[in-house]
Amino acid sequence: MAKTLTLVLMDPPYEKETTTTGFRIIESALRQGHNVKVFAYEGAVNLTMKDQQPHPNPVKGTTVEQEQHPTTKDWVAALFRMGSGSPKLEWINCGLCVDERGAGNWIEGPRRGGPKELAEWVQATEATLVIPTK
Amino acid sequence: MGKYVLIESRDPFDSADCKNFRDLASGLAKGGNEVAFFLTQNGVLPARRGCAAEGSLAELGRSVSVLADEFALRERGIDADALVEGVRPASIDALIALIMEDGRKALWH
Repeated sequence: MAKTLTLVLMDPPYEKETTTTGFRIIESALRQGHNVKVFAYEGAVNLTMKDQQPHPNPVKGTTVEQEQHPTTKDWVAALFRMGSGSPKLEWINCGLCVDERGAGNWIEGPRRGGPKELAEWVQATEATLVIPTK
Repeated sequence: MGKYVLIESRDPFDSADCKNFRDLASGLAKGGNEVAFFLTQNGVLPARRGCAAEGSLAELGRSVSVLADEFALRERGIDADALVEGVRPASIDALIALIMEDGRKALWH
């Protein structure tokens, strides 16, 4: 039976393995038919920033294509493609955290919100997992 | 009684408070709760046989179900047959099944 997971992410992109683990959790939950609601706050609001670009490696002399550098916004976009119908992925970027970081230009999918929506999600969903930063 | 899944992402040689998290798991189990302890990221490192921290993890495994993330094990070159007795490899899908189980609370460390 489909249930809904509220997942709270805090870490910024390209810093910690928790980002990868968080994405694996979202992917697995969607693949198993569960809806997922992600509340991104603090540095995690940068995960969906639209202006992220892959880069070459000038030290090794490799090109962008050779590096195949993954960006978190592309991973999130892929998760949104998985969760575009049923099961569904929803994503809120904390508005206060977005404004602090000037991170308001994001990919299609996420919306702006705040602690009120998080509290409502936690009360309404079957499971909640908070992955705080260390 | 309650049901819990505790997710340990840290290496005890990096984070001394890992002991508190293991104590929480064993305390919950002693209180009659059903506890699963899921190791991921660097949390799988003490699951290697021969690691100085293996004793406390093996002891925990006698009272709660201890699982180790297959992906994290593979990333770190730890074979399933090198795991401490009482620790079983498990997929991320198994973790989701636990998290989504009716009435089970999930805690991350």
